[in-house]
Order: sequence, then structure tokens, then C-alpha cells
Amino acid sequence: MKVRQVIMGVACAGLVATAIYASKAQAADDIYVPLFTYRTGPYANSGIPIANGMHDYLTMLNERDGGIGGVKLNVEECETGYDTKKGVECWESVKSKNPTVVNPFSTGITLQLIPKASVDKIPILSMAYGLSAAAVGKDFPWVFNPPATYWDGLSMIIKYIGEKEGGLAKLKGKTIGYIFLDAGYGREPIPLLEQLAKDYGFNVKLYPVAGKEMQDQSSQWLSVRRDRPNWMVMWGWGAMNPTAVKRASENGYPMDHFIGVWWSGSDDDARGGGKAAKGYLALNFSGLGSNYPAIQDIKKYVVDKGKSQVEKDKFADTFYNRGVYNTVLVAEAIRNAQKLTGKKVVVGEDVRRGLETLHITEARWKELGFPGFAGPLTGISCADHSGHQGAYMQQWDGDKWVKVSNLIEPMKDKVEPLLQDAAKEYVDKATGWPKRTEACDKAM
Amino acid sequence: MFYREAGQFKTSYASDQAIFPILQDRIGIAVILVAAFSLPLYANDFILNAVMIPFLIFALASIGLNLLTGYTGQLSLGTGAFMGVGAYACYKLTSIWPDVNIIVWVICSGFFAAGVGAIFGLPSLRIKGFYLAIATLAAQFFLEWCFIRIAWLYNYNISGAIEVPQRTVLGVIVTGPRATSETRYIVVLAIVVAMTWIASNLMHGRIGRTWMAVRDMDIAAELMGIRLLPTKLMAFAVSSFYCGVAGALMVFLWYGGAEPAVFNINQSFTILFMIIIGGLGSLLGAYLGAALIYILPIVLRFVPEWLGIPIHAATVEHITFMIVGVLIVFFLIVEPAGLARLWSIGKQKLRVWPFPY
Repeated sequence: MKVRQVIMGVACAGLVATAIYASKAQAADDIYVPLFTYRTGPYANSGIPIANGMHDYLTMLNERDGGIGGVKLNVEECETGYDTKKGVECWESVKSKNPTVVNPFSTGITLQLIPKASVDKIPILSMAYGLSAAAVGKDFPWVFNPPATYWDGLSMIIKYIGEKEGGLAKLKGKTIGYIFLDAGYGREPIPLLEQLAKDYGFNVKLYPVAGKEMQDQSSQWLSVRRDRPNWMVMWGWGAMNPTAVKRASENGYPMDHFIGVWWSGSDDDARGGGKAAKGYLALNFSGLGSNYPAIQDIKKYVVDKGKSQVEKDKFADTFYNRGVYNTVLVAEAIRNAQKLTGKKVVVGEDVRRGLETLHITEARWKELGFPGFAGPLTGISCADHSGHQGAYMQQWDGDKWVKVSNLIEPMKDKVEPLLQDAAKEYVDKATGWPKRTEACDKAM
Repeated sequence: MFYREAGQFKTSYASDQAIFPILQDRIGIAVILVAAFSLPLYANDFILNAVMIPFLIFALASIGLNLLTGYTGQLSLGTGAFMGVGAYACYKLTSIWPDVNIIVWVICSGFFAAGVGAIFGLPSLRIKGFYLAIATLAAQFFLEWCFIRIAWLYNYNISGAIEVPQRTVLGVIVTGPRATSETRYIVVLAIVVAMTWIASNLMHGRIGRTWMAVRDMDIAAELMGIRLLPTKLMAFAVSSFYCGVAGALMVFLWYGGAEPAVFNINQSFTILFMIIIGGLGSLLGAYLGAALIYILPIVLRFVPEWLGIPIHAATVEHITFMIVGVLIVFFLIVEPAGLARLWSIGKQKLRVWPFPY
């Protein structure tokens, strides 16, 4: 009887062990690009188009060019549901498979992963989200947030408002309302907003929206109605965006004085307010529409062949293109890494160097099949991991987004000192924060 | 077959009253403990970091809630918030006195949670059942509001999140990103095992008996000379202590940082579901419930990959939701008293097998 028990035990242990090792087995002849996406949960309406854009562009590279530098990309989605817990779980599950780069697509998850990046040697590309201070490459060699930080975005919005009011000096005495998702994401810009308010003499009213009331927001907009701020700025995400746009139009707030950050400017966000949302403004840094050769290639090689999950009418909408933009950066970083190391199959450490040497000029955008898709991304260096590039303002005309401004450059002189301070504070608080030891490569 | 007790005689009262009177159970526990402590030798980072550490922490929080809801009969929806109190207390303590051993602070943070828990337990003398659940709901909302609004709690961090600093114990890095998963796992395991053992002793002693008397009928308990207020408040305090330690462990040894949203009402519900499915009033149930609710979805997520079926990550997620939901309904229909009861019935069957009566 004892023998039987032992045999049973060994059999069970064996089963578990095979299961563990089966999951570890991984072909080493492709480039592994994990995508942290969320097609479920309360933020899925923002997450799905981005996930589709990222997935489809990389799939297109596989189909059209056979990957990058002749090596197939192994694209794998990990569902986070915008939940920090699951994001960390995704990180743990991908880290043993030599990932090239991680795109968390959530500020909350990014904040958790930043300390892990340098330990596990996996770069994080938090494209225009996450920790603004991570732009300081000296302290955060493994984190990248091109093309601009939240603080850059806010300074662009204030600049735009100033322009409309007839000069930044005219902002004196005006009131700017700030409605934001009450989480790390929405709170990130507040220090700069307060700083700018002091510098230009405008008043700030804060309207926090907790995650659980983002589909309601009636009390916040009641306060807006009472306070009548001259301009409203929004840092919203997921279901918060369409709700806010709808509430603003219901409350008769002038829509052309309501500006969202680039994460509040998807087609679905504005469509939530219907025709009444006409005039709503939002920042954007990726191209509108499908009129680019590379986007047409995605259609030809991926969408028409049924390899995409995108719905036909949502193809190449604002956030889809944002996802594409994100993976263009990933692909360029992988190309750079291949050139720098001479290896074909690159891993996280190589791609970190590739990201640091990211340099996409107007000509390069054209070469990639994206003429005029986005502004040049030329500001990234070892010291500056964001680039502080400009973005343009887009306006909802009732059916679609229309570009209404040229690139607005951020107020770098205001943002830079705050960034340095914030990075220093972060490093001081985190005892034992590793000093940068990574060498700096020449820009390519 | 497995539970043949022939030849096991109880020769003293002590052996008759033992928590594990059957030899096989004692061997089983010993094997599980040895396996658990030697797990770092053969498991990879993913198993330790994403499966075992969270499982143990959830099990500890479930034990905490079980002491209150399962053993004392006081329904509480404030578990998430009490965990948050522990986490924020630990964060503040270690930022004010960074040189003190972090494990000491993790345990100490439990006392802060216990104090807060006792205050929010005060209404339990007057109100019962669902009404008490609503009163504890107030604790949940109030404390969550504090975590968001009181900037002092998160050291005026811009993002409003707390980040765990690096701390060492006896020269070994225990918290922060550079702590190895093995170290963190062993620390969590040691604390959880020790606290389970204490809880078990508590339950088999005078205090546990008074709690159960209150649960079964508080008027009768009062007539027997049990003072309700101290008993109930003690249950709230001890329960919150466990939750607080679980919360501190969660942030310091698992997440490595946290936003207030981590301690929201969903967290409370998750823990409540764990003890309902695992079995109210059972320490084993806390473990089984945590395993079913937390580990099962992770395992399910890997099943298609092992079988080589190509489906999208999001589809897997949806299917996982459905399967877990169905399983919960199934288990509750088969055994409404929870998995722990299912196990004890199974054990009873095994003991008399192959001669059922």
C-alpha cells in the first residue's frame, strides 16, 4: 500500500513538473514581442482599438517582410484588463521568454513595472503615458515615454488656450477646469498645472472622477455648471471619455472650449456625445484615417485576410492608428538593435539600446510608408527618453476628427526643471535605486 | 485505503483532543509543509511570484475574514480597506523608521488595522447581519477615501501611489524590486504558516469558543456570561489584524507598490467569495477558497497553450470568467457549506472505504 502511495505521489509531482516545463519551452529563433492589451474590463473601449492597431502592424510586418531583418516576430497578447494585478502577472509570465520590450498601456501597471525593468533587463515603452519623470534617462535607463510626457501635453493645451485667448498673458484671471480620472494617470499633470497657474495667473478648478463613478459624473458636471470655467481640460480614459463628452454637451458647456489629452480623443469618445459633441477638441500625435501606404498594407495583408480582430468600420480610427504608432516605434527600436549588435535575434537589453537611439525623421516616416503620419521623433537621447515632441489639436466635426492646428511644441523650459525634480525625488525615495551603468550608444 | 486507522489507539486525553487525531493527517500536513518550504528549489519565478505568493496572501486575508464572519458570525465588507490600513501603516512606519526590520513593521502594521477594525466594529453591538454589512461598507468607503485624499499617507507622492523601498533583513534583500522571489516567498510562507497556527490555537481555545457561541446565538451566549461587546470587538480587532498583515504583505512582498484602487470594494468581495466558497468557519476553507478563486483562473489561462489551441488572449479571459463562474455555482450546489465541508465528507468516506454505511 505504501508503495502505491509513493507511486501516486511521484506521478502527481511528475505531472506538475511537466506542466511547468512545458510552459517554459520556447523557440529561440524568433523575436518575442509581448503585447499587454485589454479587450475586457471597464477600459476595454479604449483598449480594443489600440490592441488591434499594435497587433495588426506587427502581423503585417511578418506577412509582408517576413518579420524584421529576416527574423519572424512572435507577437503574443497578454490580457491585463487594465488591472495592475494582472499586469504584474503578465510581466512574470513573459519575462522568462526573452521579451524585447513591454508596452503596459496603463499608467498604474507602468508605475509597478518601472522598478522591475532594470532588474529583469526588459525595457518599458510607455508611449506618452506612465511616469513623466521617467523621461530622465540618467535615472531611468530602462523606461521610455516618447513622443511626449503628460506634462508636455498639458503645456501644449495651455499654449493652445493662450493662443485662442490672444496670448498667454491674457490667461490672467481666467478659470481653467481640470476633470480627471482620479488615479495615478489623472493626477500626474496636477503639479505642472498648479505651477502654470501661478506663472500665468489663471485659476484652476479640479474635478476628480473616481473610477467607479466614471460612467455617471453628474455631480462633477453640476459643479462645472456652477463654476462656469472658461476652459475645460480632461485627462480621461475608458468609459470616462464618452460620458464626459455627453455630460458636457447635456450641460450646455461650449464644446470648443473643452480639450482632452491624447488619451481622450478616440472616435468612440467623441461619438458618445453625438452631433452635440461637435467642436470637442483633443490632442493627437498619430495620423488620422487610412490614407497611408503602410496602413493600406495592413488592410491588404492582415485585415482582408481575416487575420485581424478589428471591425471593418473601426479600421484605422484614431486609437487604432495610435496602436500602430506605438508598434512603429517598437519595430524601429528592434531594427536599431539589430544594427547596433549585429545580431538577428535581439532581446531586451539590445532593444533598450535601440530605443535610446530612436530617430525617426520626416523622411524616415515616409520610407516606412507613413508620409505625414506623425511629427518627426528626433529628440530622444540617452539623457532624454521622451523627446518632448509636439502634438497637434484635432476637432470633432460631428462625424470624424479633423486636424485643426499645426504641431504645438511643449513648453520645454517649464517642463524640464519639474521633470528633473520629480526624477530626483523618485530616486531619493526609493533607497537602493540602481545608478545608471548602461553605456550610451551614438545616435544612428 | 488511504485512511486506514487500524492500530491507532488514543491512550491519553491529549491525543484524543489533538487537532489532527489521525496519523495520516499529521503525515499529510508534514508533507505539505516540507513541499511548501522546499518549493523554491524546483519552481520557477512565475510559480512563486504570480501564483504562490498571491495565493498565500489571499489565504491569510481569508483567514482574517473567516475569523470574523465564519467564526463570530459578523458579516463584513470592509476587508479590502482593512488590508489597506495595514499596507499604508507599514509604508508610513518604514519611511519614518527605515532601519527597523521590515518584518517587524509588517507585523506591527497589523495592530493599526486592528485598532481601526475595532472602531468600525462598534456598531456590531447594535446591528446584525446585512445591516452590519452596510455599516462595514462605510468603513470601506471612508478608508478608501482617506487613501486617496490624505497625501501624508503616501508621502505626498505625485502619482498618489506608494512605492516600496528596498529593505534588508540580516543582509538579505527582502523588499523592493531586487529582492529575489525565493526570499519573498519564504518570508510570506513563514508568516502565513505561523499566523495560521496561531489562528488554529485561538479557535480551539477559550476565545474561539466564545466567538462561536456568539455566532450560534448571541443572546444565549450573553446568558452564559459572555460579554458581547468585548467579544465582538476582539473578533473585529483580531480579524483586522490578519487582514492588515495580509495587506502589508501584499504591497511589500508581492506588488512592490500600490494605488488606492487596489483596496477597493472588489478586493473585499473577492475575499468574501473566497471564504464562502472555501467554507465559513474553517481555516482549511480559507486556503481552498483562495486556491479556487485565485489559482484556478491562472491555470485555465494556460490550458489552451498547453493543448496547442490558438485562441486570443481576450477570448481565453472571457472563457475563464465563464468557467470559474460555472464552477462556483457547481460547488455551491453540490456543497453549500463550501469546499472544506466537501473535503471533510470525502475524508469520512475514505475512512470507512470500502464499507460505506
